[in-house]
Amino acid sequence: MGYARRILHIDLTTGKTETEPLKEDLAKKYIGGIGLGMRLLLDHSKPGIDPFSPENPLILATGPLSGTMAPTAGNGHAFVSKSPESGGVAEAKSHGFFGGELKRAGYDAVVIKGRAEKPVYVWIDDDAVQLMDAQHLWGKSSKETEDAIRDELKDHYIRVAAIGPAGEKLVRIACILNDQTRAAGRTGLGAVMGSKNLKAIAVRGTKDVNVAKLEEFKEFVKVMHERMKGPATRKYRTLGTPENVLVLNALGALPTRNFTQATFEGADRVSGEYLNERFVAKIIGCLSCAMRCEHVVVVPEGPYKGTTTRMEYETLWALGPNCGVGRLDAISKAMEQCNYYGMDGISAGVIISFAMDCYEHGILTKKDTDGLDLRFGNHEALLEMVRKIGIREGLGDLLAEGVKRAAEKIGKGAEKYANHIKGVEMTGYDIRGLKTAALGYAVSFRGADHNRHGSYAPDVKGTVNRFMAEKGRGKLVKDIEDLYTIIDSLIVCKFSRGTYYEDFKDLANYYTLTTGIEMTPEELKITGERINNIGRLYNIREGFTRKDDHLPWKVMNVPIPDEGVSKGSHVSQKDLDILLDDYYEVRGWAKDGIPTIEKLKEIGLDDLMHIVKPKTAKKG
Amino acid sequence: MAAAPARKFVSADPEKCVGCGVCEFICSLEKEKTFNPIKSRIRVVRLHPLVNLSVTCRLCEDAPCVAACPRDALEQSEETGVIIIDEEKCNGCGWCIEACDYGAITLHPEKKVVFTCDLCDGKPKCVEWCPEEALDFVTRDILAQKARITVVKKLFQEAMKAVPPG
Repeated sequence: MGYARRILHIDLTTGKTETEPLKEDLAKKYIGGIGLGMRLLLDHSKPGIDPFSPENPLILATGPLSGTMAPTAGNGHAFVSKSPESGGVAEAKSHGFFGGELKRAGYDAVVIKGRAEKPVYVWIDDDAVQLMDAQHLWGKSSKETEDAIRDELKDHYIRVAAIGPAGEKLVRIACILNDQTRAAGRTGLGAVMGSKNLKAIAVRGTKDVNVAKLEEFKEFVKVMHERMKGPATRKYRTLGTPENVLVLNALGALPTRNFTQATFEGADRVSGEYLNERFVAKIIGCLSCAMRCEHVVVVPEGPYKGTTTRMEYETLWALGPNCGVGRLDAISKAMEQCNYYGMDGISAGVIISFAMDCYEHGILTKKDTDGLDLRFGNHEALLEMVRKIGIREGLGDLLAEGVKRAAEKIGKGAEKYANHIKGVEMTGYDIRGLKTAALGYAVSFRGADHNRHGSYAPDVKGTVNRFMAEKGRGKLVKDIEDLYTIIDSLIVCKFSRGTYYEDFKDLANYYTLTTGIEMTPEELKITGERINNIGRLYNIREGFTRKDDHLPWKVMNVPIPDEGVSKGSHVSQKDLDILLDDYYEVRGWAKDGIPTIEKLKEIGLDDLMHIVKPKTAKKG
Repeated sequence: MAAAPARKFVSADPEKCVGCGVCEFICSLEKEKTFNPIKSRIRVVRLHPLVNLSVTCRLCEDAPCVAACPRDALEQSEETGVIIIDEEKCNGCGWCIEACDYGAITLHPEKKVVFTCDLCDGKPKCVEWCPEEALDFVTRDILAQKARITVVKKLFQEAMKAVPPG
């Protein structure tokens, strides 16, 4: 129950497909979503392979709640692979309608290996799985691909996850989009899909999805519906995440001009308030959702009139203040274009701000930019660069490699302007003055990210001294991480996190009512820890150590210059060492950041001890 | 003189409906004890992020589905207007499906007979569960009243803008 109890394997090289049963112990230990996905990744790949190699599996997983009416959870899916950006684990979730459809087709996970000779798409029609010719779809956006597939297969209710031109061209920040505006955005999964000549996955599922304890499940859903009308989701239902703009600006934590400043003088004109008053046409919801958050923006006038896109804080920040751009119409257009090419809007913005920073410092000149005046704040240049990266044209070809690789190629000190962790571009929190968050960012197994830990919360809410690095932050980060891996494995929406008043207790209850598999809150907490550890173990297997738990150069070397509360703050090496030592200790990992054998035994990962053994032996 | 029975049906407000499909889930749960939108009596159509609407039986006068059935398997309740399906007579031929302008009557994937909204004995679950309160259980007259009130409010708002404050 809950689970479809089937894993689908597709080999794109041979065209063969087969299914295997999902074993109950695997399901209980790794739940679904990124947990199950990362375990399957470890089990189905060899160490050291190139992310673009046919041997690198692309894994798609639903959660146990997908396909049910559990609000926000009924629709989730996750992609997992080896990241073309970090070389470590890649994982990203998406919502919308796709995950529920895949569950109804009868699959908990799909493991895709190999590479098709010519562009194809996978067509999953309940039990029938076919590879379809996609040559006529090559070059199209994911939205165009969705429409074309629905047309040719003649079924409106088919759901599609597809890559755009960026994924085809192996742009390392390419994403996988479904339902027009929903993206499995981060860590470059769209490029992995492109490397397989796989344009899209189309699904139609008509089977029943059942839960183990129907009446109790229904009662719990009713409770969740009520909670979702309450204060825990207010932000998402009203201004949406762009509410952050003014909040972070007031804290001196709004990274501006590629982390040059931490406040933006034009914040009022790019605020959530301004956006909602002038641009938001409607707020819509995903399948099964009882809160709705998706702010659909339509630009009402001016050169970008008619631009229609979903808008969230992170991408608004990346393409806006982070590039010195203070016009919401241009920011919306840039976001729409990121979706068109199929790229992570956060990384795209951070890459362009990096190039702008290089241009302002004379490291890149007009010769490099094809004559483009790549100053901060030039919104036309921003849009042109989105296009160039999307199709790997001119300077865009270099930038499509991500800031880490681009900086290495450019040289001349460009790496100082490359804001990334583990090769994955930064997100919209100036962690120079948010030191709990700085730790969360440094240790995140998917690279720079706020969504692996959410540890900006204690900093922003003021429950800790955010300018101080001290013992105790390790436990704060670990506890949120362990909860967040469960959220991403059940695939409930992060925006609903505040409605699980009793954290693991509520989520364990959800799990048991749905699957019929008994799960205590304590077991679920350890499962969260286990899943964090397998993310870590994958990275260790690929050669990561403590040195990869780093922070961007600016964060460690350039104190916040803006007048105000945050002035002078940055994270020193000493700060970072205090934070990492504390965190590793709480995690039961050695000083080099490698999990100990004892810890792995304790959390039921005995079978993965070989990953840490050679490394531990070498040191001894 | 007794008034003609006021037929109420489930109607979605396009301004409020976000296309979340909670109505489909609760309908299939109520009627079929499972989660499966193709077994729901109400269906969501999303054509664009801004174009979403749930659609179900409108209880037409002289319902075309009833007229189209060659086997007299469909009958409309005089009291409620609900379409009653005789599952013994229905052979799933689909004439009624073609006759319905709203796609509100469909074939059951397993039983191979048609099914449509029965209003849950006058207390539609979808209306009760809709998180957006986008669904109404109303008569046509009440819908018209609502439209009139909305339009007058709008006009009044416009008028107020022209009136100087104070």
